[in-house]
Amino acid sequence: MSQENQSAAMENAVGNKLPTSGQQVGTIIKYEMRNYFRSRRFFILLAIDLIIGALLTFVVAYKGIASIATNPITGAIQALPFYSTWWGFSAVILVFFSAVFFGGDAISGEFQNKTGYFLVSNPIRRSSIYVGKWIAALVASLIIIGIFTAITIANASYYFGITGGMPWQFQESFIFTLVYLIAALGFTFFFSSLFKSSAMSILITAILLLFGFMLIDELVTALLNIEPWFSLAYGSGIVSNVLMSTYPAHLSTVPEHFGKRTISITSYAATIPEGLAIMLGYFIVTAILGLVLFERKEFN
Amino acid sequence: MPSIEAVDLSKKYGSFQALSNINLKIEGAKCVGFLGPNGAGKTTTLKIFTDMILASSGRALINGVSVHEEKRKALNHCGALIESPEIYPSFTPREALSMVAEIKGVPSSETKKRIEDTLAEVKMEEWIDKKVGKFSKGMKQRVNIAAALLSEPEIVLLDEPTTGLDPRGMSEVRDIVKSLKKHNRLIFMSSHLLPEVSDVCDEVAMIDHGKLLVYDTIGNVTAKFGGDGGGAQTVEVGFSGPVDDAMISGKIATLAGVVATDRVDPRNVRIKFSGGLAVQERLLIDLASLRIGVVSYRPSTSALEETYLNLIKDTL
Ligand SMILES: Nc1ncnc2c1ncn2[C@@H]1O[C@H](COP(=O)(O)OP(=O)(O)OP(=O)(O)O)[C@@H](O)[C@H]1O
Ligand SMILES: [Mg+2]
Repeated sequence: MSQENQSAAMENAVGNKLPTSGQQVGTIIKYEMRNYFRSRRFFILLAIDLIIGALLTFVVAYKGIASIATNPITGAIQALPFYSTWWGFSAVILVFFSAVFFGGDAISGEFQNKTGYFLVSNPIRRSSIYVGKWIAALVASLIIIGIFTAITIANASYYFGITGGMPWQFQESFIFTLVYLIAALGFTFFFSSLFKSSAMSILITAILLLFGFMLIDELVTALLNIEPWFSLAYGSGIVSNVLMSTYPAHLSTVPEHFGKRTISITSYAATIPEGLAIMLGYFIVTAILGLVLFERKEFN
Repeated sequence: MPSIEAVDLSKKYGSFQALSNINLKIEGAKCVGFLGPNGAGKTTTLKIFTDMILASSGRALINGVSVHEEKRKALNHCGALIESPEIYPSFTPREALSMVAEIKGVPSSETKKRIEDTLAEVKMEEWIDKKVGKFSKGMKQRVNIAAALLSEPEIVLLDEPTTGLDPRGMSEVRDIVKSLKKHNRLIFMSSHLLPEVSDVCDEVAMIDHGKLLVYDTIGNVTAKFGGDGGGAQTVEVGFSGPVDDAMISGKIATLAGVVATDRVDPRNVRIKFSGGLAVQERLLIDLASLRIGVVSYRPSTSALEETYLNLIKDTL
């Protein structure tokens, strides 16, 4: 072996120092974010975000604050019913869009477009790629939800003043929204590692998140009369429930009249600990399953 | 010393046996060509070595470390290009390579220069800050080659690296591979281009139907399995005009060292001779002095081709 060869080999061995897995996750997050900020998808969602915010601002200004912020029991105009109408309606929609836009094909897209092939043969754990992409999707979603939260609070401050405006229920609801976001992203990432086609995994996650869970909730409650504790939508109900002036009863039965017959309809509302447990349960289970699937997935 | 090793490596896709019990150990600084017909299992083998797919049984080791069990350690000194990956279309080559540099831990003080040098090596320096999304297939392949070489890896795994490249690109990649050899690297490269392989590789491994047929130096393989097996070599001689049979059998076949002659077309004759370079030189002088219009004289690359065809035919 010549002198030159030996020094070339040493230089390489000494020159590069493999980062820790944690640092590699950081690298993935950084470049994923860069990719997001250049993607049409991020800006479409940003536009949806701003349109919903602007529309609500306009409607409230046009119809008057009383139209959405009146306490149904006392008749007083309060911040809590304002948040209930405003946030209870839109937070869940934004989580849905973020989870589907950023998570729906996060993994499947890497297969379909073959961009995953560029990374996977490097000295990096597959789990680092998965986790890095997941955190990047979370950060992108937080930006979307953060902007909407700012619009929400700005409106509330305008009508109720900066100081007296924010009820503790909204702070809780905000935290529950983030928990729901985490669960929904875990869920969409899992489905995206189940498929190899972007369109397929986006479609399936969107349908499941939008209709699937609600349908299951309704059916199970109506037909079997049991609590839908296995449903993500049921768990995420605490986001809007906590904003109601009185938290809904866990179990309520309402008589419904169908012609001459009267049927009692049962409905459930998740308690706060229950809702949190369901959402975190969803996150943990789908995160583990998604990681295992991705570890075993073949790049062919 | 860099090494890659397959131990009883098998791969099944469903019930289809794509690889059966491959045992292969390649060690040291050299270039090994990986040959075999379409569907032989070359890409499958290389994918197992880069943890893109999982072996059904057996082990793939790089520098003695199992790729599947300790991926980070095994692939740390390895650069690979398998099946033309895509780069995020919004990225520039510089960004794509910085990502690879960060993942592989190229010192940040060197990153900029290395990226520029490596891209210059694949003649993409003009495009360094343009979006990859608009690149042609061959341009993307060049960036991919740069990505594989960026960390100056000790071991380089390449799956048909010249696919999609223009003739100049192919020859540039050949030069790159040759220069890698000088820097004490082990290169394992699949290819269908036998002239390319005989040009840059020292050894070949041949695979067919998922079974390893042979692994040896090109010289040994062609001597053992090529043509008559007598260790003869072949030159191809080009003429300015058609040569007739009488000339071939009467004059050429009787020259010193000639074992056999074979007309490729009216103006080209393949001459098999036995002996070393001295005989090869003598033969050229003799041919020229015949004054029968010899205009070209080159060692036939088809020795490897002949060997290849013999070996692959045998397994059908
Ligand atoms: N995902 C897969 N599912 C089923 N069979 C597969 C899969 N991938 C490859 N095969 C089969 O395995 C065999 C080996 O394929 P491989 O891609 O390794 O061949 P190759 O030697 O690289 O061929 P080529 O020269 O055409 O690139 C082929 O018969 C192929 O059909
Ligand atoms: Mg192949």
